[in-house]
Amino acid sequence: MSDVRTQALLWYWQRMSAMVLALCVVVHLAGIIYAVRGGLTAAEILGRTRGNWAFGAFYAVFVVACAIHAPIGVANIVGETTVGRGSSALVIASVLGVAILMMGFSAVYGLVAR
Amino acid sequence: MTESLKVRVWRGTDRGAFAAYEVPRSESQTVLDVVTYIQRRIDPTLSYRFACRVGMCGSCAMSVNGIARWTCRTHVSRVAKDGVLEIAPLPNLPVIKDLVTDMREFFDKWAKARGQFKGTRTRHDDFARIAPASPERVAADAGIECIGCGVCYASCDVVTWRPAFLGPAALNRAWTLVNDPRDVRQRERLRAVAGDAGCHSCHTQGSCGERCPKHIEPTAGIAGLKRLAARAALRGEL
Repeated sequence: MSDVRTQALLWYWQRMSAMVLALCVVVHLAGIIYAVRGGLTAAEILGRTRGNWAFGAFYAVFVVACAIHAPIGVANIVGETTVGRGSSALVIASVLGVAILMMGFSAVYGLVAR
Repeated sequence: MTESLKVRVWRGTDRGAFAAYEVPRSESQTVLDVVTYIQRRIDPTLSYRFACRVGMCGSCAMSVNGIARWTCRTHVSRVAKDGVLEIAPLPNLPVIKDLVTDMREFFDKWAKARGQFKGTRTRHDDFARIAPASPERVAADAGIECIGCGVCYASCDVVTWRPAFLGPAALNRAWTLVNDPRDVRQRERLRAVAGDAGCHSCHTQGSCGERCPKHIEPTAGIAGLKRLAARAALRGEL
């Protein structure tokens, strides 16, 4: 895969994930505003989310979109500001992507399945 | 209107200093008039570049009070309300002397972006028929009036940050050709304008469109190039 093609594909995936994130953020905020009417406790949140696989699927998509979007952006920033677009940027972006996936899925699992 | 202008003009090459001059104020005076007055009446060693004086040739662009402009079409009354002018060579380009920049790299980048038209028809063939209202023709029309003055290039922070970046003018030129159905080097051109030195480096800050005296929006063309490059990459054609 040529460098030019990689750049074009990374741009494509960042834009696609941004579209998904925009939708997810709107749904997420709307959900919060709807859910907190009259106050909300942690127990009430868990009461609604446990066993709710649609909720889990939605937030899993949210996590995946974050794990795609953020590392590509960070790799661009690292490439432009410090070490250049080399293996260091790739390592930093990969570590960030894996961390987002692990923390995100752990949170989704905690809300839905635990 | 003040009686005279306090003008600071860059003298030297990449290393130099501003020199101060006092220039009489006059009606409808342009910044180019001011520079010309200094050279003809005060200091004949001042170097600057101009040709048409009417906004057609694109050779007299300079930095005026920190903003790249055509000096021939910039009235002093618009930019020196307090009677002070600071005139410098265009940023992002090497300085040859005083207000004259070396434009070679700027135009070399047009060539790198495959800014040359290449068709297949000869003079013996019939004219190509391009519908004026077709989306490609409309897109090309939006960028075709560029005269290569370098104002966008001098205003682009990405060029400052990343000198290999092709810049707004070269990418705008590529965009007009990408939308020319007669051209036969499309894949090669997309390959030339994609990647770190090309359209993918643009941050869409929009200084180029903001400063362009022809009101062209290079960022719109650059966004179009990103879309076409992504499509080509997905099809394995890049």
